[in-house]
Amino acid sequence: MEAFTKLSGIAAPLRMINVDTDIIIPKQFLKTIKRSGLGVHAFHDIRYNEDGSEKPDFVLNKPEYKNTCTLITGENFGCGSSREHAPWAILDMGIKCIIAPSFADIFYNNSFKNGILPIQLPQEQVEQLMKEAEDNPDAPLNIDLEKQTIQRGNKLSFDFDIDPARKHSLLNGLDDIGLTLEKKAHIVEFETKDKDKRSWLYK
Amino acid sequence: MPKDTMPAPRTLFQKIWDDHLIHTDDNGSSLIYIDRHLVHEVTSPQAFEGLRMTGRKVHHPHGTLAVADHNVPTTDRSQGIAEPMSRLQIETLSKNCAEFGVQLFDMMDKRQGIVHIIGPEQGFTQPGMTIVCGDSHTSTHGAFGALAFGIGTSEVEHVLATQTLIQKPAKSMRITVNGKLQNGVTAKDMILAIIGKIGTAGGTGYVLEYAGEAVQSLSMEGRMTMCNMSIEGGARAGLIAPDETTFAYIKGRPMAPQGTEFDKAVDYWKTLHSDADATYDKEIVLQAEDIAPTVTWGTTPEDVLPITERVPAPSDFKDKAKQKSVERMLDYMGLTAGTNLQDILVDKIFIGSCTNGRIEDLRAVAAVAKGKKIADNVKHAMVVPGSGLVKEMAEEEGIADILIEAGFDWREPGCSMCLAMNADKLDPKERCASTSNRNFEGRQGRGGRTHLMSPAMAAAAAITGTLKDVRDL
Repeated sequence: MEAFTKLSGIAAPLRMINVDTDIIIPKQFLKTIKRSGLGVHAFHDIRYNEDGSEKPDFVLNKPEYKNTCTLITGENFGCGSSREHAPWAILDMGIKCIIAPSFADIFYNNSFKNGILPIQLPQEQVEQLMKEAEDNPDAPLNIDLEKQTIQRGNKLSFDFDIDPARKHSLLNGLDDIGLTLEKKAHIVEFETKDKDKRSWLYK
Repeated sequence: MPKDTMPAPRTLFQKIWDDHLIHTDDNGSSLIYIDRHLVHEVTSPQAFEGLRMTGRKVHHPHGTLAVADHNVPTTDRSQGIAEPMSRLQIETLSKNCAEFGVQLFDMMDKRQGIVHIIGPEQGFTQPGMTIVCGDSHTSTHGAFGALAFGIGTSEVEHVLATQTLIQKPAKSMRITVNGKLQNGVTAKDMILAIIGKIGTAGGTGYVLEYAGEAVQSLSMEGRMTMCNMSIEGGARAGLIAPDETTFAYIKGRPMAPQGTEFDKAVDYWKTLHSDADATYDKEIVLQAEDIAPTVTWGTTPEDVLPITERVPAPSDFKDKAKQKSVERMLDYMGLTAGTNLQDILVDKIFIGSCTNGRIEDLRAVAAVAKGKKIADNVKHAMVVPGSGLVKEMAEEEGIADILIEAGFDWREPGCSMCLAMNADKLDPKERCASTSNRNFEGRQGRGGRTHLMSPAMAAAAAITGTLKDVRDL
């Protein structure tokens, strides 16, 4: 996984609540056996017309937001299915950070596994960032994970919370499986004890 | 024992958590043991590929069971799958299972079915277990008092390689439904009413525990319907304490413990209930008699109403963002505020899914449809059994004949039009009475309009051609 330290660039406002995983990546694109190449299909139904042409009013189709690297959106982003295709598609579009008042659990978790930083902020702060992104699309939004700060021009600056373990993994681009396999002795010890207690599970 | 040395009272969630905790780091993240892992074709190929690229093996192959369900055709499949992408994904699952030593129920196996139907059916799902699957409706298995939740593909790979997951303890919420459900009101109505009350994000960060007389009175099928939709309330897991109903359901199933091992297991399972004085982070209480047959009218599962109500207007909601969202929903759903729900005509019916594709669900549909015909305006009424074994049982009981006679299309098992990944889908603007779990925009086909409801209510819609209160039939 690629490490996430700092990010600076265009932030796009997606003014919707409950953006579900079917909106982020519809089911017809889940037939892939790869992780890459999903960006072109991200937000398919709200991004493209039936004939495949772009919907001009969809925020990420607007010229000023073409190079978006941060998405600012409404509450409960990523609700619905566990498909990791959702963060894969978003990352493949070049978006590495999502800011919202709340996220669905599985999507939130999946994002970290792919080097995407989901930032939860109070509703009022999200609204201020959203408005700024609408009014001044060209001004970059700066995110510093180490310092846990979001800053935009001289006007807006917010701190954000993040779980220390997730922060550490993201900053260093760590592989969770590798870390867990270092604890193999603990796993084997657990299994040995558990075989006495719940023998029927190991038959 | 003096009171100050008594162990602290624990919830069911805490008991399961404690029994699976391997190690906790200084930063508070915990490694927990995963007893059972279910795998399907859509969220696993990249995980197996990850193992291959790092030269890792499956840590505990017999803790994992795989099945093809999301992509399979629900028509005759003896000639294989015509659609090349779907075919490749299912062939990839077979190859991966063979290479890594994982048991697979392939498309032609009688035991094949929706992953959350076959786990319980085989006795693979048992109380007190931790169970995961790359699918959000893994919460279904919580009906057995198992801690079961959906994971992404990176975590599928993590579980394959280590039989563990890195987790933080969840908050706990008890939802108690007192009293008795009225005639015509089912587990599906109860869970829709609950989601309507807590909202689609109300359970975020929580494990839900369902309790109370109305929950304890449910069959295992009804309990699975409830726990299945926990994720639609934002909770990754739902739990119901195991009891005699649970043990009787499991006994004798192929993958359940047998003989003295079963007795030993039951002794352990009987300890799996929240202690009387355990505390929860949040409590919700409902009265069963207040719950009517319930349907969704919008495009999130919280947009529910009793069937006796009318379509709401944006101004009925306080929150500005919700008002805007309701405007969009009414437009998408093709509905006008103030319309009587029972005046809404339907084009298609979908009976099936991991929410309501079990034998009891099909019996409920047959009870309503017996001796009747589907309405003229209903273009297609599909019944997709949850598994090959459910299908066989329904055929033996005469349910299939009743439904075919009434005009339903009796199909092969799979996820089908719950997510419309195979050929089963709605056309734009088609309206469907569906027993599935999600009414998101485009879920059952681009532009399709989904109303979620119980099997009995979907049967009533099939017979009358409109959303209909099944109690009036």
